Amino acid sequence: MTEPRPQPLVRTSDLSKRYRVGRSPFPAQRRIVHAVEQVSLDIFPGETLGIVGESGCGKSTLGRCLVRLTEITSGVLEFEGRDITSASQRQLRPLRRQMQMVFQDPAASLNPRRRVGDLLADPFRVHEKLSRSEMMDRVEELLVRVELLPEHAQRFPHEFSGGQRQRIGIARALALKPRLIVADEPVSALDVSIQAQIINLLCDLRDEFSLTYVFIAHDLSVVRQFSSRVAVMYMGSIVETGPVDAVFSAPRHHYTAALRSAVPVPDVDNRPGQRIVLKGDPPSPFDPPSGCRFHTRCGAATSVCRNQRPVLSLVDKAHFVACHHPRAA
Amino acid sequence: MLAALVSRLGQMVLVMFGISVVAFLIFFATPGADPSARIAGRNASQETLAQVRHDFGLDRPLPVQYALMMERLFISRDLTSFVNRGQKVVPTVLEAIPVTLSLVLGAAVLWVLGGLTVGVVAGATRGTWLDRTLMILSLIGVSIPVFWLGEVANLVTQSRWHDTWLFSWVPPLGYIAFTEDPWGWFKALIIPWFTLATLYIGLYGRVLRASMIETMQEDFIRTARAKGIGERRVLLSHGLRTSLVAFVTMFGLDFGALVGGGALLTEVVFGLQGVGKLTYGALQTLDLPMILATVIYASFFVVMANFIVDVAFVFIDPRVRDAH
Amino acid sequence: MPTDAPLLVVENLCVSFRTEGGVVPAVSGVSFSIERREIVGVVGESGSGKSQTLLAILGLISSPNAVVTGSVRFLGQELLGLKRRALDAIRGRQIAMIFQDPMTALTPVHTIGDQIVEQIRAHESVSRSAARKRSVELLDAVGLPSPESAVDRYPHQLSGGMRQRAVIAMALSCNPALLIADEPTTALDVTVQAQILELIGRLRDTFGSAVILVTHDLGVVAEVADRVLVMYAGRVVEEGGKGQLFREPLHPYAWGLFGSIPPMHGPRPARLTAIPGSPPKLSQMPQGCAFGPRCTFRHEACAAQPSLGGAGGHRSACFLPRDSRQDLRRTLTGRIPA
Repeated sequence: MTEPRPQPLVRTSDLSKRYRVGRSPFPAQRRIVHAVEQVSLDIFPGETLGIVGESGCGKSTLGRCLVRLTEITSGVLEFEGRDITSASQRQLRPLRRQMQMVFQDPAASLNPRRRVGDLLADPFRVHEKLSRSEMMDRVEELLVRVELLPEHAQRFPHEFSGGQRQRIGIARALALKPRLIVADEPVSALDVSIQAQIINLLCDLRDEFSLTYVFIAHDLSVVRQFSSRVAVMYMGSIVETGPVDAVFSAPRHHYTAALRSAVPVPDVDNRPGQRIVLKGDPPSPFDPPSGCRFHTRCGAATSVCRNQRPVLSLVDKAHFVACHHPRAA
Repeated sequence: MLAALVSRLGQMVLVMFGISVVAFLIFFATPGADPSARIAGRNASQETLAQVRHDFGLDRPLPVQYALMMERLFISRDLTSFVNRGQKVVPTVLEAIPVTLSLVLGAAVLWVLGGLTVGVVAGATRGTWLDRTLMILSLIGVSIPVFWLGEVANLVTQSRWHDTWLFSWVPPLGYIAFTEDPWGWFKALIIPWFTLATLYIGLYGRVLRASMIETMQEDFIRTARAKGIGERRVLLSHGLRTSLVAFVTMFGLDFGALVGGGALLTEVVFGLQGVGKLTYGALQTLDLPMILATVIYASFFVVMANFIVDVAFVFIDPRVRDAH
Repeated sequence: MPTDAPLLVVENLCVSFRTEGGVVPAVSGVSFSIERREIVGVVGESGSGKSQTLLAILGLISSPNAVVTGSVRFLGQELLGLKRRALDAIRGRQIAMIFQDPMTALTPVHTIGDQIVEQIRAHESVSRSAARKRSVELLDAVGLPSPESAVDRYPHQLSGGMRQRAVIAMALSCNPALLIADEPTTALDVTVQAQILELIGRLRDTFGSAVILVTHDLGVVAEVADRVLVMYAGRVVEEGGKGQLFREPLHPYAWGLFGSIPPMHGPRPARLTAIPGSPPKLSQMPQGCAFGPRCTFRHEACAAQPSLGGAGGHRSACFLPRDSRQDLRRTLTGRIPA
């Protein structure tokens, strides 16, 4: 770790995404959701950044912003040093080879009327001029790489199990040998035993193709297994980020600590200590609390938390936390 | 809620304005529809035509003509027919409304009750012979043309078996005002009601059955069964209540369209001087004032019915209430 | 009726569905019993038959193509084949059920209070206002904030966690002796899941209910259960006390499940010891042990169907010699705590 850090593959500064809900003609009735608020992140080549948080925290929206599948409201997004915050779809096209996305529900992202072979050949058709036999060779290669069989190219998506469909989704993302893959809850719809297979596969691919991953999940243990660095989101903002072991073994933000202690551990002997049970649900995203968004559920909140928004600040090596009263290390 | 009401009313005025303008323009764009020729009668001289044009204001610019006509329709209410000279349009329409309303309201009661019964029974007994029989019957009901059914009913009750004990009570074709003779009103309308309702009972029964079957697969039906509350309650209080959305939407649209003149065929077959028949006559003679009056009246009812459906939703489905 | 008799005895329960491709078994010969005030976790993946088992107990399999055989005795009374009226006297009153998705488990057009009142009044002759008062108390007991106003809310006006509390309140409304919970926390966020699990754990103390908790999450089982059943392909493959099963699981499938879960403590393994392949399709069940095709230790004996056997309440359906199992398991995972 003595060598100088390379240029980040993806850099965001103060990236925000707001969207309007409802189409009332009266402005007072339009409601704005701050799905992502002022997120600044550097993602370095070869690392896996896990993004965790509960439903509605904005982690999926952030993931879609990172590959520009959605418009960015404000802030800056750079990919390999180029500002692509407001690049047009046309300008983005060459970059699409470099950044791909894997979704939670592979069934919804695969056209049910087309054979898997054709689906997987699409990226080659769009981005590379290949003969039909070359294309089929590449497709078979891909299928084998994700541990399916070459003859699966002739089948339709519904003929596969959930885990196999996710393999197809991964194969499609992998087709053009991208540098960045944003995986949004890629294993959460799968059974535990299949989940482990897919995580292992993603790990192998990371080493083989020197991929950079953004891994979005609500399951902390999966993120811990798979990521090198983790960012914890709450109501659109990153509240804590740092090396996975540091964040999960000694969380400095009270929300991370609560999240961490809420995970049920399949072990009867090494029970975690006192569980922190949060009161209530996350507040409505339409009407976020003032100051620190977490103060309404936080045991350590004081008046400063109600009035002033904490910013991410360094507490340890590469470990940042946005809290006025961070927990002791 | 108030804001929704106001915006609805605004919408209604806009729709009615648009429809009246379109009806007005279509009329003038229709070849051979020159009203002055119609008013002046066959083989009228050019001078007579010019005189007629001037008298009726037909030589003035179109927007002025439109404005004048609307003024006479809504404010002075003395617009007269171009065809039957001296016949005032507004009272004629007002006279036809009770006939159509009587016909459609009675039929609506029948088809709502019938549709609910068929839909719930068939939905609950899905796949049994009862379900199949009901579905075949309703398919027949949907397929029978209303004018054919009406004529057959007339044939049977007015001529073939009229003099038997079975149908001797049936009065001659035509409308009897409720205020004059309630029992006569009922007797005169009962056969038209059933005739008009047949199609809709079949249609509504089928739609409700499909929607019931879908609802009965929902998780909350399983929860309701797990509560031990009895299948009838599960079916009616949980299944039917939630399935009513499609039913109510359809009802609003159909009811509006029928009151607006859509019951034309039934009215013609049973000799009822309703709005449908009035519109039909006006269209045949290209009687612009009458057409405008009936079309605006019809659009009012269609928009009104939509509005009532929306209000009904608020009571049926609490999720709609909060969406406002 | 002696009080030490089990609350619920399920014997040789089979559920199968008639399809165009023949009869497909979903549950094959499941037997277990539940004691009073006991919390039993049922673990398995999708298609393991765990949900169908629960639905069969309460006669809630509504498909006309389903065939349910075997025996389900509740306090000595046979439930299978019971007339609807007799069954309704037990459902909701003595056995209540909580379903997986709180978003769809409540009827959208009735208020929370009305739905609870409906259940109370179906089983007890109390006035509407008394039932309503009890609903408020129940909502308060399950930790719903401001229960007086929540009772008049519609399901869509509450968050997922709140709805699941309302469903639990409804299930508890008649003090059931047995609560059946089908993946009650799967659809919820972890912090809310923690709240609901704590609530379920408290139920036994406050309401004296026994609980069958179905889940795919071994962590949830470790949290609340006393005893665990592991199901695979429609059968119980292992059964034991929580301590026994978590410390020394006996079935290779259970080993695979444990190996598949990334640890939250200690060093991270380079790879997870995933189970290869996927669960069998119900229509193409393998001969003999259903786990055989995915099992590293498959041998000739596995061509036959193993039966559940073992001593000390810890039983498994596997032909491997019991003494050597822990050594075999170590060769598989290499990360067993000593």
